[in-house]
Amino acid sequence: MADTPPLAAGATARATRRRIRSRDLKAMPGFKAAGWACIFALYLPLVVLVIFSFNDNRSVVKWTEFSLRWYEAAIENDGIRNAAWMSVKVALVATFFSTIAATMAALATTRTAAFRGQGLAYGIINQPLMIPEIVTAISTLSLFSLVKQLTGVTGVGYLMAAHTAFCIPFAYMPIRARLEDMTLTLEQAGADLYATPWQTFRHITLPLLMPGILAGAMLAFVVSLDDVIITLMVAGPGETTLPIYILGALRRGITPEINAVSTILVGVSVLLVLVLFLVQGKMKK
Amino acid sequence: MSDTSLTLAEQESRRRRRQTRRFLLAPALLIILTISIMPLGITALYSFLTPGTYGGVIWEFTPDAYVQFLFERDIFDGTLQFNDSYLTIYMRSIGLAFGATIGALLIGFPTAYFIATKPREQRNFWLFLITLPFWTNLLIRTYAMLLILRDEGLINLSLMGVGVIDRPLSILYTDTAVFIGLIYTYLPFMVLPLYASLEKLDFRLVEAGYDLYANRFRVLRHIIAPIAKPGIIAGCILVFIPGLGAYITPALLGGGKKLMIGNMIAIQFGSSRNWPFGSAAALILMALVVIALLIYARSVSKGARAHG
Repeated sequence: MADTPPLAAGATARATRRRIRSRDLKAMPGFKAAGWACIFALYLPLVVLVIFSFNDNRSVVKWTEFSLRWYEAAIENDGIRNAAWMSVKVALVATFFSTIAATMAALATTRTAAFRGQGLAYGIINQPLMIPEIVTAISTLSLFSLVKQLTGVTGVGYLMAAHTAFCIPFAYMPIRARLEDMTLTLEQAGADLYATPWQTFRHITLPLLMPGILAGAMLAFVVSLDDVIITLMVAGPGETTLPIYILGALRRGITPEINAVSTILVGVSVLLVLVLFLVQGKMKK
Repeated sequence: MSDTSLTLAEQESRRRRRQTRRFLLAPALLIILTISIMPLGITALYSFLTPGTYGGVIWEFTPDAYVQFLFERDIFDGTLQFNDSYLTIYMRSIGLAFGATIGALLIGFPTAYFIATKPREQRNFWLFLITLPFWTNLLIRTYAMLLILRDEGLINLSLMGVGVIDRPLSILYTDTAVFIGLIYTYLPFMVLPLYASLEKLDFRLVEAGYDLYANRFRVLRHIIAPIAKPGIIAGCILVFIPGLGAYITPALLGGGKKLMIGNMIAIQFGSSRNWPFGSAAALILMALVVIALLIYARSVSKGARAHG
């Protein structure tokens, strides 16, 4: 080895370096491909759906020409319009009440010393996330049918109440996260300057918390808009939301109109979550 | 510390803080208790009642719903005969949910690792890509999957186009379709906790492993996997539990022939008009969920002990 020509020694060293570099510490064979494949597989079905919603053809199989006719048909369809309006109404009411309740609960469970029953409170708030949706759905149906029997009161209020309940944990998460990120110094300064607790809350805590509340409200809105199972069980006649309409239409057969409505619904969710993501990205900076 | 050691003012401020807290917590807790937790009690009660002819219940107590789960009553002489059709649905659901969990782990682990090893400023973007489908409508995502899996869907068309197959594979309305659909639906639930635990991975440990002549597989098996274990367990639980109670995926991709527990329960409250049996089936599903959660809690506490 001692008389290896300098040129060859250099080559060996280079080869070793290359070997080390190729064995990048973090690299695992095939993991990169798997990551890309995963993203591809997650989006492929949705992309196909969106593309075919613009297809000028009754068949949902072959692409012929770009057209907006199915969007026109969907917008002119009374059933779809009523269902969309019902969805928005229920989602707005559920978002309003669940966001208020979640904000209050988040204020009570953060910025305070640990208190007895705190774990229980967390457990109750997150309970709707831990139970299979179908169980919540039929349980809520049983409760509401009992209440209806006893009181004779019917109406869309039941559906709104059910949505409010399962939206609370979704609204609660970002609000609580925001509160935990906020320091107490500004509020303490306010209190030092003789602000009452209400004034401190109104002029300091609330404005700082606003991005969190907005995020919570958006998530609640999206979750309510997308719900199928609980609505399917709880909604009375004439309380068809958009997802329930789509489910019913799918049972009758696949039409391009459904692709158009689905694309709109997906678009609304994606837009809201995108805005949320950008707002939160800004908040961190 | 006894209260007498506090001044009156301190006691007063403590009392006020407690009151404020109760006031703030009240709405959320009341809504969830009445609309989400109390109904579970009603379901438990209903499971011991007699089904009404047009749905609902008649207030006569009977354990029939639970008997019906395993036995069939002979309509002539009233003797009980073992009937495994409901048990089969439960076993199929457990099998499908378990298979989907393993499948999601096999796809989700490399993906989470891939994201966790990206430069820090790119990770949020990748995580966003993973979570975005979760926020889009589950029904629509499943429907989109149906479009792909159909006989004349993208998968069959491209496979035939390449010449791998001559005739379309009938994937739709089979267990395979439900299995693929479940993985597709719950994959984000697997990737996120895995990412959370892989992100904290200290690559000096990996380097030490290579220095000690471990090959990639051994590093993965003996260094990375044990560190990621909490994420693996959490991800598996998050996929398994909703997978077990899935309704939309089997309803659409199984074509109503390949039932899972969720569909069976829904049918009892719909066309079958047997609310007590549906309630009992829901409680049995809840029992399975609780068992899964207990296994989870045990493995977490065991892990904590091993490190402590």
